[in-house]
Parts: sequence; C-alpha cells; structure tokens
Amino acid sequence: MMNKSEKTALLQSASAAKEIEGRSLWRDARIRLFRNKAAVGSMIILGIITLLAIIAPLLSPYAYDQIDWGYIQEGPNWENGHIFGTDGNGRDLFIRVLYGARVSLAVGLLATAVSLIIGVTYGAIAGYFGGKIDSIMMRFVDVLYSLPFMFFVIMLMVVFGRNIFLIFVALGAVEWLTMARIVRGQTLSLRRREFIEAAHATGVSNFKIIFRHVIPNVLGPVIVYMTLTIPQVILTESFLSFLGLGVQEPLTSWGVLISEGAKVIEASTWMLIYPAVFLALTLFCFNFIGDGLRDALDPKDR
Amino acid sequence: MTVMTTAPDKRDNAPILSVRDLKVHFPIPGKGLFAKDRPLKAVDGVDFDLYPGETLGVVGESGCGKSTLGRAILQLIAPSGGQVAWLGKNIVGIPHRDMQPLRRDLQIIFQDPLASLNPRMTIGEIIAEPLVTHKPELGKDEIKTRVKRMMARVGLLPQMINRYPHEFSGGQCQRIGIARAMILEPKLIVCDEPVSALDVSIQAQIVNLLQELQREFDLSLIFISHDLSIVRHICHRIMVLYLGNVMELADRDSIYANPKHPYTKALISAVPIPDPEIERNKERIVLTGDLPSPLSPPSGCVFRTRCPFAQEKCATDVPTIDRVSETQEVACHFHNSI
Ligand SMILES: Nc1ncnc2c1ncn2[C@@H]1O[C@H](COP(=O)(O)OP(=O)(O)O)[C@@H](O)[C@H]1O
Ligand code: SF4
Ligand SMILES: [Mg+2]
Repeated sequence: MMNKSEKTALLQSASAAKEIEGRSLWRDARIRLFRNKAAVGSMIILGIITLLAIIAPLLSPYAYDQIDWGYIQEGPNWENGHIFGTDGNGRDLFIRVLYGARVSLAVGLLATAVSLIIGVTYGAIAGYFGGKIDSIMMRFVDVLYSLPFMFFVIMLMVVFGRNIFLIFVALGAVEWLTMARIVRGQTLSLRRREFIEAAHATGVSNFKIIFRHVIPNVLGPVIVYMTLTIPQVILTESFLSFLGLGVQEPLTSWGVLISEGAKVIEASTWMLIYPAVFLALTLFCFNFIGDGLRDALDPKDR
Repeated sequence: MTVMTTAPDKRDNAPILSVRDLKVHFPIPGKGLFAKDRPLKAVDGVDFDLYPGETLGVVGESGCGKSTLGRAILQLIAPSGGQVAWLGKNIVGIPHRDMQPLRRDLQIIFQDPLASLNPRMTIGEIIAEPLVTHKPELGKDEIKTRVKRMMARVGLLPQMINRYPHEFSGGQCQRIGIARAMILEPKLIVCDEPVSALDVSIQAQIVNLLQELQREFDLSLIFISHDLSIVRHICHRIMVLYLGNVMELADRDSIYANPKHPYTKALISAVPIPDPEIERNKERIVLTGDLPSPLSPPSGCVFRTRCPFAQEKCATDVPTIDRVSETQEVACHFHNSI
C-alpha cells in the first residue's frame, strides 16, 4: 500500500508539520446560524433587552419602588423622565418594565437550566440502559405528566406562600419531562451506533459513554428545545402572575405588569402596551433563534 | 490478488481463543397478548479454535449470524450458552471487573467506517480513547505521541489529529478505526466486514494494511465477510456459517480447492473466475430460495430446504461435524458421496 520512501516522508512530516485545526460540527452549525438574518437580529434584540435589564438602575433617575406623588398613573412624558409613564402607585413604568425583564428572563433561564440538567441526564440514562430501567423511568415521567400541573403549582403557592424560588422549581420540574422524553428517544437510536459499541469493546465505563458519546450527540435537538422552552416558561410565569400567583410586590415581572395594565386598559393604555411589547418581542426572538438553531444544527445536507 | 503467507504453525502453540458450543438466542416477543417469547437462534452451537497470528475467515449470507458471533466472542452480546476461552480461561458470564482488563487485548473494527467514529470527537480523541481508558498514567503528551505514531503507521497524516471524522473519506475513516483498534496493541481484532462499505479500489489497501499490522504485531484476526475473494486473500482458515451453524471449517487451500459441503460449493461456485474458459466450464451449484427464518430453522440439517442433495435423513438427523482431513471439518451426512 505504501512504499518505504512514502512512509519515511509521512513520518518526517509528522514531526515537522503543524497540526491542522479541524472543522467541528459545532463550528459548522455556528456559521450556518450566523447566516440566518432573523436569528441574528433576534440575538441582537435579546442582547439589548438583557443588557438594559442588567444596567437598569443606571438608566432612570427613579427607583423601581419609588413613588412619585406628583405623577400618579400619568402617560409617557419625556420632560419629567417617566418615558413610559407611571403606574397607579406613581412608580416609573420604564424602570419597572426593566425590573420585570430581570425577573421574567431569570425565571425563563433558571427554570430551563433546571429542566435541562435533570431532563438530559434522566433521558440519557433511561435511553442508554433501555429495557426494564427505561420502562420504569419513563412510566414515572408519564405519571408526572398526567398530574394537573397548574393545580399543583397553585397548591404549592397556597401552602408555602408566593415565592419566586418556588416558581423556578415548579416550572423546571415540569419542563424536564419533555426534555427527558426527547433525549431518551435520541439516545435509544444512538445506542446501537457502532461508535458506542466500539467504546464498549474498549471497556469505557457506562458513565463515560453517556457523558462523552451520548450527550454531545443529542445536544442538537436539546438546544433547539431549550430555546423554545425559555419563552414557554416566561409565558407560564406571566400566566401565573396574571392569576395573582407571581412574584411579590414591589418586585414585578412582565406578567404582573401586563395583568395590572389589563385592568386599566381603557384609562391608561401605556401600562399594558409597554410590558406587552417587551414580552412579545422576547417571545418572538426566542422562537426565531430556535428556528435558526434547528436549521443550523440539523441541515439536510449533512 | 496474490495468495499470501502460510498459516502460522499451530502445533507449536496453544489456541489463543477457544469457542465451544457458543449460542446466542435473542428472545423475540411472541404474537398475541399471552404468547411466550420465542428464541431467535442467531448463533446456535459454534465451535472453533483460533491461534496466535492467525486469520480466521467467517463467511455466509447476510443474516446468518456472523456479526452476532463476533460480538458474542467479545462479550458485547451476552451469549445464551457455551464457552469462550480466552488464553485458556472462560470469559462467558464473568463479572464486569474481571472482563475489563481483558478488553485491551480484544478489539473490533466495523463495517460502516463513519458510523463507527463519534462525530463530535476529533480523530486524536477517538484514537486516544482506549489509551485514556486503560493507561491514563501515561499522561497527555505521551498519549498524543503514541496517537500520532499510530496515525502515521496506518497511513494517516499525523497533523490531521485535530480534525473531525466528517472531514475524511470512507477509506481514511476505516484507517482511523484501525488505529483506534491497534493503539493498545491488542492480540485479537474482530473485523466485521471491514471493507464491504468501501470502494473496490480502496478495499485492497485496507486489507493489505491489516495484513501488515498482523505480521508486525502477531495479531489474530477474525475476518467476517461475504466476499469470498477477499477472504481467500487474507484468511488462513475459513469457517462457513449458515443460520448460526458451522457448515464447514477448513484451511483456505482445502476449502477453495476441494469444498465438501454443498453450501460451501454453492458459495464458491458463485465467485467469478477471471479465466473465461474455466468460468464457463466450472461446476455450478446455484442457491435457490431464501434464507429460512432463524426463528423457525428447518429440522435436521438447517441447510436442507435449499440443498440440492437433501434426502430423508437430512430432515430427521442433525449432521455431526466430521473431520475429513487434518485441516478440514464438514457438517453434512453425505459429504463423501456428493
Ligand atoms: N439485537 C438483536 N435482536 C434480535 N435479533 C437480532 C439482533 N441482532 C441480530 N439479530 C438477528 O440475528 C440474525 C443474525 O444477525 P447478524 O449476526 O447481524 O447476521 P450477519 O452479520 O451474518 O448479517 C438475524 O436474523 C438478525 O435479524
Ligand atoms: S446434510 Fe443433507 S441437507 Fe444438509 S447439506 Fe448435507 S445433503 Fe444437504
Ligand atoms: Mg453483519
């Protein structure tokens, strides 16, 4: 196949030549994602909203819980600095929308992170071991699925009181179910692939096979599902807030603001419009990014 | 292709691997609510020995149990019965932690070269994995040096170490698979149709590479294939499987010059001979019908439903394996008369 001189040449180049960087599938996906205009635009908008939420206190002369007695439930006004107007308690709506962003985004991200860690590990273990272990683990998921979640959350709130931490836990605890199902399905089909068998043949432990070979290969659909879970969680939190089960005053979230705005929709439209626009924009952005990621991570031509 | 090397002299050596009455029965759920599982007899009583430095070919139609046999030997599928003795010690059903150290000597190469490489890992990580698993004490630099050395040995440019599988051709991927299998310098490699998915022009290169490595490292190979011309090129002995049963086991020259079993004759007569004169006049046994389901194999001789020589006895009695010469065994009632 190779003569001697070719072989020596190979060996020489081995020591001399510089290592060539590979093109990982992740890098390919990133390039495809950045070619997607809607996704890039969404990332920029989300980036701006996140940045605004983080530096919120620097942007307004008012604190989020500060009552401005002179301007109770007044419309937007650039001269007095209430650029989004004020609410029924005379608090600046601009700063409250940004503080709401903090809570809504944090709930979305944290609950999704919780669901990600539990769901991916759980699903990968069930799918990888299969058989009885899989049956038992997935029956458990089915049972949790069939519980009336909203009822469950409302009960928790009633018993333990309104608590933002409880909202994270409750939302994460529900979202991981779907994540586990997705990962388990993917893992089942991966399990029979030869590279997993090769790892077995070499004696790589099950734990390492799951974390080195299984999870990196199911991450594509997981990331897509994750970007679609974040807006779903934000929406659920808004819904809970709308029911009056959200975060506690004077803290706020978009859901709380929208619910307050909805009550005075005729007299003070601005109180509904501003938080609603931020919420809608965020939801759209996450969905565009999710779509972009789906196309980028699972191209037909691979 | 040239016919190569004589078989290693096995009288001097104990077999490295002894397989006795090996069975793999997959439980298939029965039809109907309360039906019992039915056994699918993928491998049903296989015996053979393998010697150091030897290549044993395993041939047979698709679905006859070749891959299952290979995996059962490596304990990747738990055998349902029988024994696999590695270096004289049975390894069927031994605890996981006793099997673990043996795995460094037992490796496998697959048919689909790309599917056998994790798409998210670099070539370097893939080839290093067996080393990282069995010899983590070597340290990063030494492992990398060894990986590069092995890459060069199997004909890959070592500076490709950071590239990913999808950046390579099928033949190169198979070289990566071979490098991974070789990095621990194992004693046995099961090659499951390692060239069937490759271009014909590349097949010979890969086969030659395997032969070179075999000589260099005194490897034993179990070479699974359905291509009898490649098997003839690389194997010292050949085992013919049909529905999980051994039909014939003989050294290469005997089996090609003088096949005894009707199934072997049929397989060999289906291989075209380059000389048109001989090709036209050769004895031909054409296989008709399909492989019966391994869920309900024929009684007596499993080959009888397709055997042109089948007689009454074939339906009632299971043929025993007869030794027809020092180097040839065959499982047929009538191998002397046909
Ligand atoms: N995991 C499995 N479960 C059930 N049946 C299987 C399994 N693996 C293989 N088989 C069956 O065992 C038989 C032999 O398969 P295999 O060893 O892959 O054949 P070959 O490699 O010779 O083509 C086939 O009938 C196949 O359907
Ligand atoms: S035993 Fe009978 S059926 Fe089987 S191969 Fe021989 S002649 Fe054919
Ligand atoms: Mg096979």
